[in-house]
Amino acid sequence: MRKALEGSQAIALTVALCRPQVVAAYPITPQTHIVENIAKLVANGKMDCELVSVESEFSAASLVLGAACAGSRTYTASASQGILLMSEVLYNIAGLRIPIVMTCANRAISAPLSIWNDQQDSMAVRDAGWIQLYCANNQEAVDTTIQAYRIAEATELPVMVCMDGFTLTHTLEPIDIPEQAVVDAYLPPFNFSRTLDPANPISIGTLVSPDHYPEARHSHHHALLAAADEIIAADADWQQLSGRAAGGLLSVSGPDDAQIGILTLGSIAGTLSAASDTYTDLPATLLINLRAYRPFPVDALRHACSGLTDLIVLERALSPGFGGIVSAEVHAALAGMPAVPHIHSFAVGLGGRDIPLEIYRTLHERIKVVEPQPFSIIDVEREKLPVEDHGIEAMETTT
Amino acid sequence: MIEVRIHGRGGQGNVVAAYLLATTAINEGWHAQAFPAFGAERRGAPVVAFVRINDAPIRRRCQVVSPDFLIIQDEALMNIPGITDGLKADGGILLNSAKHSDRYAGAINGRLVALPATQLAQQYLGRPVPNTALLSAFLKLTDLLPQPALIKSLEERFKGPVLEKNIALIEAAAATIPDNSWKMTVNA
Amino acid sequence: MSTNKQTITAAALVKLRKNQPRFEGIESGHRACLGCGEALAARLVTEAAGPDVMIANATGCLEVFTTPWPESAWRLPWMHSLFENTGAIASGMEAALKAQGKPTKVLAFGGDGGTFDIGFQALSGMLERGHNVLYVCFDNEAYMNTGIQRSSSTPHAAMTTTSPPGSDRMGKRHLKKDILSIVAAHHIPYAATTSVAYPSDLRKKIRRAMEIEGPTFIQIHSPCPLGWGHDGEYSIKVARLAVQTGLFPIIELERQEMIGSMPIRHPRPVTDYLALQGRFRHLFNKDDARAVEELAHIQALADHNIKHYNLCGEGMDSLDSDGADTVRRGGMRWA
Repeated sequence: MRKALEGSQAIALTVALCRPQVVAAYPITPQTHIVENIAKLVANGKMDCELVSVESEFSAASLVLGAACAGSRTYTASASQGILLMSEVLYNIAGLRIPIVMTCANRAISAPLSIWNDQQDSMAVRDAGWIQLYCANNQEAVDTTIQAYRIAEATELPVMVCMDGFTLTHTLEPIDIPEQAVVDAYLPPFNFSRTLDPANPISIGTLVSPDHYPEARHSHHHALLAAADEIIAADADWQQLSGRAAGGLLSVSGPDDAQIGILTLGSIAGTLSAASDTYTDLPATLLINLRAYRPFPVDALRHACSGLTDLIVLERALSPGFGGIVSAEVHAALAGMPAVPHIHSFAVGLGGRDIPLEIYRTLHERIKVVEPQPFSIIDVEREKLPVEDHGIEAMETTT
Repeated sequence: MIEVRIHGRGGQGNVVAAYLLATTAINEGWHAQAFPAFGAERRGAPVVAFVRINDAPIRRRCQVVSPDFLIIQDEALMNIPGITDGLKADGGILLNSAKHSDRYAGAINGRLVALPATQLAQQYLGRPVPNTALLSAFLKLTDLLPQPALIKSLEERFKGPVLEKNIALIEAAAATIPDNSWKMTVNA
Repeated sequence: MSTNKQTITAAALVKLRKNQPRFEGIESGHRACLGCGEALAARLVTEAAGPDVMIANATGCLEVFTTPWPESAWRLPWMHSLFENTGAIASGMEAALKAQGKPTKVLAFGGDGGTFDIGFQALSGMLERGHNVLYVCFDNEAYMNTGIQRSSSTPHAAMTTTSPPGSDRMGKRHLKKDILSIVAAHHIPYAATTSVAYPSDLRKKIRRAMEIEGPTFIQIHSPCPLGWGHDGEYSIKVARLAVQTGLFPIIELERQEMIGSMPIRHPRPVTDYLALQGRFRHLFNKDDARAVEELAHIQALADHNIKHYNLCGEGMDSLDSDGADTVRRGGMRWA
């Protein structure tokens, strides 16, 4: 049903539709409205689950791990510092191949302390072994959350649904919440093959010697790669039932003959799409928005980029001391293509700095220089930098 | 597309005002978007929220830089430099003030209407929360959305005596506005 | 032979006290809400502790409203790291100062969220290892900085956004954690509760803790007008009633032995306290049998505290008057 909803509200209603039995709640801005809305549903008898208000994110992740091993569908959400605090448990969950779904309400990481949106938090745990899906708008976040349970339970891999904090969680817009019957038809009951059971006792989480460790890692890695098929199938099936697709592995918009492409993850895609319709004087541009970041969609990306002379990677995080995270992985994915585009690497909107429509024009101007641009934070304001850092910034700009 | 920027202080229902306006538009079949610019929220701290209303899906998520309208929920905010920045040349400012609109003539660009929203709210709600009164006046001025639609949005959010009082308040606020002097139509 | 004793009149003493300069550890201009109990508590704590301190502060309201970059309200050396590690940061500061032979006292500041919940582990470690740190918990009974979610300090039946009342619930189901007993169980030399409604008591306890070598813990009951649902001007009144109902006992423990308490001469019914706060509004629906039951529960909790800590004062006292409650230690000796 199409309703005016705040993003967080929509997620809470969606989680309720997925019928988790155990929900772990620990508040952190900007995810708080999700757990608050879930608490309200429980208090009013509209959601039947064990809602446990734990004393830290470390315990939130640990609690859902225990509950899943005991045979329950679960949910939790976090952001920023909470993701880092629970990171030890996140690696544990993935390595144990436990089907768990959580929301990451993307937020910048201290220090400096910030409550505002960027994607440093989910990027920081990209190697934990979780499936990571990024949502471009609140409708996608709703549909992806439902699909996440299907994907997790089919692959026995945990899924992190990433949505930009504040930009999506606190934005009110028209959102269609599916009917319970539709979700029930789509999601089979939780049925974890290795549920702990006295009638059939097994041990989970044992010490693994060098005799067996590499094989475990190999299986995990290949399970993640193979999950791409499940991600595609889950979206196709959902489209059949609901009439809506959520983006598959990635989505592409713009003219087929465009030679310049911009690659993004998350909600910035909306602003770029509006900008490309506004600045009609600028060259035709292909907008590529990644939905699946893990597994990384190498083949789909190569296909989308064939024909491009320039690819701008515009990301919401960085690896200090090196440069772009997504751009480095894009470089690796496109290496060996018959005609690799020039890859331009920028970070934007770190710590929640507003990303104006004009960024589209700025990007087109920056790539006019003959040499591909080395990584830079494109919206740095020079006058705010200490004097000793002016030189570095000047090196990154041309004039 | 119509863009509105709402300025207020923490505790005045600034974000709720934005959500109510967008909800009303969405319920009437428009596309709309509302979101706050968050600072460290404290009662009394300045806050800003943005609303966009359009007849086609709204894709951009940047902050509103050139609003068609400003709703200012606290008169003291007029002292903050730049508060009216970006307002379109023929834009309108709806200001929560017990003073007459003329008092501000010459000080700002655009058309200004003053509404004693805090006093009205105190009278009808018993609490000095100006947001619903201002929204009602805004809708009357712009003729953007019908009052029953606003009432329907209020019903989704409030119940019982709080709802009744708010309905009385928005009717009273709309009654103080003589005409739709800011009448505007939505187009992409 | 007579000594030339100068006597000071009572009036002169009052004047002297008023003119005595107070050390300001926190500057005004911070961004706290109107009537914030925590802001008042922090001011009183730093005033009593003096300038030779180093502060480790958890994430929370106090940290956020005192340090909006590039400004800070602190006139003292101060550090904020994370939400859950204040006990550990403070331990590190103390070890370094010890190695350098410096007498500066380490203070650890945390809200109830950062102390009772997410910071509990680090606190326990710090207490168990015997670090010379004064830990101050600013107890406003919920996660206020993130928008009023329940903590284990939230009192029974209180409404927060994660313990809302509804058809299936009557606010927080569980009891307020007795953090003082848990802290005292680490065999520390001094642990005490106090309240912003009793500033003299608060300052005295801080000064006492400052003089003790070893871990000390003070829990300050600090109303949050926004979270508790009352106007800022009533913060002190509400805090005082919490004490006078017996719901927030003012006590002192030395190595788990109770050595002082603030007597309540005329215990007030809990409804006097609860009725002032929006967070207990759902308990005043006379048509709801659950509400009636919960009020009885809360009264029973208060009655239990009064009995357990022996808070009932005895008879009339020549020095006693309304609002002049003082802590007695081992008889008639004043704190």
